[in-house]
Amino acid sequence: MSSIRTIGPAPEIRDRFGFWRRTYAMMAKEFIQLRRDRVSFAMIVAIPVMQLLLFGYAINTTPHHLPSAVLLQEDSDLARSVLKALENTAYFRFVYEVHDVDEFDNLLKSGKVLFGVEIPRGFERAVRRGDRPALLIAADATDPVAASSALGSLGMVVQTALQHDLYIGDPPAMPFEIRAHARYNPAAESRLNIVPGLVGTILTMTMLIFTALSVTREIERGTMESLLSMPIKPVEVMLGKIVPYILVGFIQAFLIVNIGVFLFGVPVLGNLFLLAALSTLFIAANLAIGYTFSTIAQNQLQAIQMSFMFFLPSILLSGFMFPFAGMPAWAQYVGECLPLTHYLRIVRAIMLKGASMPNLRFDAAALAILMLVAMTIAVTRFRRTLD
Amino acid sequence: MNAGNDIAIDVKGLTKSFGGREVVHDLSMQVKRGSIYGFLGPNGSGKTTTIRILCGLLTPDSGEGTCLGYDILKDAEKIKRQVGYMTQRFSLYQDLSVRENLEFVARLYGLADARGAARDMIRRLGLSGREEQLAGELSGGWKQRLALGACTLPNPQLLLLDEPTAGVDPKARRDFWNEIHALAADGLTVLVSTHYMDEAERCHEIAYIAYGHLLAHGTVDEVIAKSALTTYTVTGELNGLAAELAGKPGIDMVAPFGTSLHVSGRDVAALEASIAPWRERSGLHWQTSHPSLEDVFIELMNRSTDNFQ
Repeated sequence: MSSIRTIGPAPEIRDRFGFWRRTYAMMAKEFIQLRRDRVSFAMIVAIPVMQLLLFGYAINTTPHHLPSAVLLQEDSDLARSVLKALENTAYFRFVYEVHDVDEFDNLLKSGKVLFGVEIPRGFERAVRRGDRPALLIAADATDPVAASSALGSLGMVVQTALQHDLYIGDPPAMPFEIRAHARYNPAAESRLNIVPGLVGTILTMTMLIFTALSVTREIERGTMESLLSMPIKPVEVMLGKIVPYILVGFIQAFLIVNIGVFLFGVPVLGNLFLLAALSTLFIAANLAIGYTFSTIAQNQLQAIQMSFMFFLPSILLSGFMFPFAGMPAWAQYVGECLPLTHYLRIVRAIMLKGASMPNLRFDAAALAILMLVAMTIAVTRFRRTLD
Repeated sequence: MNAGNDIAIDVKGLTKSFGGREVVHDLSMQVKRGSIYGFLGPNGSGKTTTIRILCGLLTPDSGEGTCLGYDILKDAEKIKRQVGYMTQRFSLYQDLSVRENLEFVARLYGLADARGAARDMIRRLGLSGREEQLAGELSGGWKQRLALGACTLPNPQLLLLDEPTAGVDPKARRDFWNEIHALAADGLTVLVSTHYMDEAERCHEIAYIAYGHLLAHGTVDEVIAKSALTTYTVTGELNGLAAELAGKPGIDMVAPFGTSLHVSGRDVAALEASIAPWRERSGLHWQTSHPSLEDVFIELMNRSTDNFQ
């Protein structure tokens, strides 16, 4: 066995440039640690790339080809020309043709379409008679940004429509008028859109962090080892860690909705119990995703970084900041995988449109599926051993 | 199972590697029910890994065996119900109180009256009046006592204690060992890893493990006898003597013990030949003695360093 203390001349110590030497030592150490921390390293690259791509390609504040429905009560050439002219503005894309007012209203309420065009019975005849009939365009104005540019384009539509029609002549005035009706948010107030959106965004952020730390914290504090040596199953650990925070999330949601209603005057037109029930589902879905990160991350910092990487697209691609309908298809597919996207539709529909469960079936089901997928991954990822 | 009644742990050929480094190598051992089995070895020798394999926290790469009659590979869940594992690092919740920690453990094991069991344990631990204190605020000795209480709470048949007395004062250590002997007298099997020689001597049987290899096992006397080590104790003017003797043929180990020096070797003739020049030196007093357990272990450790590193 050799001794630590070897006999020899004491090492030379240089006092000059001491400041620089020590600073250099610290810097070198930080670089080494940064290089070994793969997740931090990935963040350095991933965050700017992700931000740039999302802002550059996915986000469009003057969205085109917005899904629209037409309530066709008269099938005339003039009606067809008007629809064609609307499509030619590139703002409207007709995906539903309905013949029933209730169906029409439901499409708007559930958020499947952003616009509904109503062509009234006897439209063409009234035009020819010179009665100047009105053509109603109902817009879902819960997101004023998405609706505004399309509505702004309507002025030219009448002219274009007539050019293509047989109706030649020199009409002294507009032969018909387009009456736009901004539903749900007639004054186009952005807070009506943002406050319900904030319910979802704030919940996403807080819920993710709560559970993202839960497993890694036990590992870092050393309590995981004794927990694993006791007879408890991964599902039990997960549910035990998620359920208390559902209550926490519920209190948060209650607070935000109340502030929204009493301070910002946002209405709650729909059923409060439905809102509470679907909010609980959303809270549980986020907690499950946070918990999944917790089972993948090596330490608490990584768990936070993963949550952040999830939170960023949630804000950008869910329709919270920018109109969902304006995003390219690939970004919409990504958006559909985020709980926030579905919850935003739900919370806006219930608060601003008075929507009920049948309108929200799809989004509620999507939230439940996302939650179950996250929980399945978490339970399979959970390490029963320390291997 | 015929051995099921008197053998608590019976494993053969356990091997475990981490990242290509073999931490436990072909380890076989048997522990009798109701005995206190000491697990000794230097840091990083594979003690903790072996204990973790026994309670199902790690899966061995190869090897097989039973723990309390259950297969360690297939019945990890059943083993967990019967085994109390006290980790090396304090692993109760620091931000829960004494009572809350014990109730948590009692509920996980499905005790019918978790509150009652916790209350009872607090009284037995001598923590009455402090049950609402946070576990993180207890002193080292009390933490260790609480951890022992927590792992005996569900009434296990086997206790696995991983360096339970590290960093604990001598009085608390003695109390702790009295406790362990009382538990063993009740029929509990205890496997305890330690660095302390005095603790090893309080075990019914010991095993010495270094670099993943089990090098010696048996009772303390058996292990000393099997080592075939001859030891001389030197007293007097020892200045520089250790450095002069080290490395001479036949001298396997030179270790200072306070005012004396232990000089040991396996080959008696070579040892005596090497020390002869110093035996006549004035001011030095040479005396043959029995090697202590520590001499044996340090010699085993030195030898295994040569073999495995």
